[in-house]
Amino acid sequence: MTDNHNKEHHLIGYGTYFMIWLSLISLTVLTVSIAGVNFGSIALLIALLIAAIKSGLVINYFMHIKFDDIIFKIFFLVAMATLFAIFVLTSFDIFFR
Amino acid sequence: MANPTIAEKFESYLDYPGMKKGLFGWIFSIDHKRIGLLYLVSMVLFFAVGVTLAFIMKLEMLSPGKDVVDPQTYNTLFTLHGVIMIFLFIIPGIPAVFGNFFLPIQLGAKDVAFPRLNLLSWWLYMIGGIFAIVSLFLQGGPIDTGWTFYVPYSIRTTTNVILPLLGAFILGFSSILTGLNFITTVHRLRAPGMTFFKMPLFVWALYSTAWIQVVSTPVVGITIVLVIIERIFQIGIFDPALGGDPILFQHLFWIYSHPAVYIMILPAMGVVSEILPTFAKRTIFGYKAIAYSSLAIAFIGYFVWAHHMFTSGMSDTSRMIFSLLTFVVAIPSGVKVFNWIATLYKGSIDLRPPLVYVMLFIFLFSIGGLTGLILGSLATDVHIHDTYFVVAHFHYVMFGGTIIILFGALHYWLPKMFGRMYNEKVANIAAGIIFVGFNILYFTMFILGYQGMPRRYWSYLPEYQTLHIISTVGSWILILGMIVMFWNLIYGVLKGKSAGDNPWGGTTLEWQIQSPPIMENFHEIPTITHEPYYHAAAINTEDNKHKKIDEGENE
Repeated sequence: MTDNHNKEHHLIGYGTYFMIWLSLISLTVLTVSIAGVNFGSIALLIALLIAAIKSGLVINYFMHIKFDDIIFKIFFLVAMATLFAIFVLTSFDIFFR
Repeated sequence: MANPTIAEKFESYLDYPGMKKGLFGWIFSIDHKRIGLLYLVSMVLFFAVGVTLAFIMKLEMLSPGKDVVDPQTYNTLFTLHGVIMIFLFIIPGIPAVFGNFFLPIQLGAKDVAFPRLNLLSWWLYMIGGIFAIVSLFLQGGPIDTGWTFYVPYSIRTTTNVILPLLGAFILGFSSILTGLNFITTVHRLRAPGMTFFKMPLFVWALYSTAWIQVVSTPVVGITIVLVIIERIFQIGIFDPALGGDPILFQHLFWIYSHPAVYIMILPAMGVVSEILPTFAKRTIFGYKAIAYSSLAIAFIGYFVWAHHMFTSGMSDTSRMIFSLLTFVVAIPSGVKVFNWIATLYKGSIDLRPPLVYVMLFIFLFSIGGLTGLILGSLATDVHIHDTYFVVAHFHYVMFGGTIIILFGALHYWLPKMFGRMYNEKVANIAAGIIFVGFNILYFTMFILGYQGMPRRYWSYLPEYQTLHIISTVGSWILILGMIVMFWNLIYGVLKGKSAGDNPWGGTTLEWQIQSPPIMENFHEIPTITHEPYYHAAAINTEDNKHKKIDEGENE
């Protein structure tokens, strides 16, 4: 763990954090902007995609998962896979009702 | 286990002079054993309240029309009974009490990974409980939505909904923090040599449960917040009159609350896997199959939630998919029951109170599980949905499963926790009374439900009365059995004979240390060299001890 800790300090500088923050702001602006455009049934998917990219950035950089042990990545992926399966199963009701 | 640390007559965690004295020495203690006992005492108190509410409900059911309470009070009674029993008793249940107490000991650790977070979990639990209780006495009256808080009624009713919802939200945090603590403890604090497949199966069950707590509890937290927002600001998330989707609430609620059923039952299954090898005097049959089936139940348990919603109006595609998935979850449960029975085969069975409770569990849980398949089938569910059949099924699984095993766990581990033994004969008699009362109370509900008696109704048609009377008499017998059991246990804890360090001849680490344990559990952290239920090494030493205890009882 100590090694990982040191690695983090070497890998992430203030510049990176700043860029991530700017990206998050930009993606938020994008979400708000395209909410006014009529994409029909794919609007939800687009909004979800942008939100997924934003959370990916936060989780990887701000929460340091990118630089952590493989076990934490596995934990995270299992939780995400579960969430994805829940979305898919719910969609069977939403789209076939 | 290698290097067992057998300590005699050292100061136990009960007598340890900490920084604070008296009550403060308990409610501010960060020792996992003391926190486990805090949970035990608070949960038993909430359980007593829940039982009292159920007792009044059953009295009301003695005849059609009013007996003791009016319809509105009846609505609040079944709501509070559900909220208290589910959120304050059975969900924290076995992990909070026995998980806290025995997880670190069974792993060979001195405490959980985050002791202060552990204490915070108990405080959050109490604060959540107080929120729910305070709401009863405020203007507007007690909540009357049923424990499921279904919309749109929960948005429109004028009773106090927000406060108990906040209580459930806070209790969710307590659950998440406990889960987080246990996952970290299992990964980081195992004793040298304790690989994952040398962990006791109770630890495996707690580990699987902890994952459910961490991953699914936030869903209900968010759902609760959405209901509160909708109540206050009339936004229209769930209320169809405002453009919302009420079935979405049911999805979100059950995405948590179905896995929550496994939060309740998996730890009980872990306890069964501990008690059986101890009293069959042989190793567990199919260790890895049981360990993996815990993970499988936890995993598949996420994908069956909508079987609670077959009659809600969701799509037929969903109904078929969820019915199929529901049948799949029976497979790992069946693996467990098969392995438990196989463990008894050719074992040297010692039928003492903890094993008696396990026998009750296997019988009652099997009835509960198999009737679950009737509910999981689409066609039959339409007929018996929202009837007493569901109530009976649920109580066979949750009471006959989890609570019976919680009683079994009390009989198994109380001698270790307090160093004193209860009267085994009285314990067996109490188990017998509980078994008889339980079946009279709940089996009649299967018949009532099949005949069409709807659940949550204050009155009923005269033809149902005979069965209702039988059921109510069953509740009196059951309560009598529980009073005898608790009296026997409390008397044993206060005045019972010394239990010795290993009264049952158990092989896991908690039986190799002093009773009651010292503050840091072990004088020296043990090194683990073989599997947890290795009886061959224990036979020579433990049989002698066993005889001594038997002789001691006859003195």
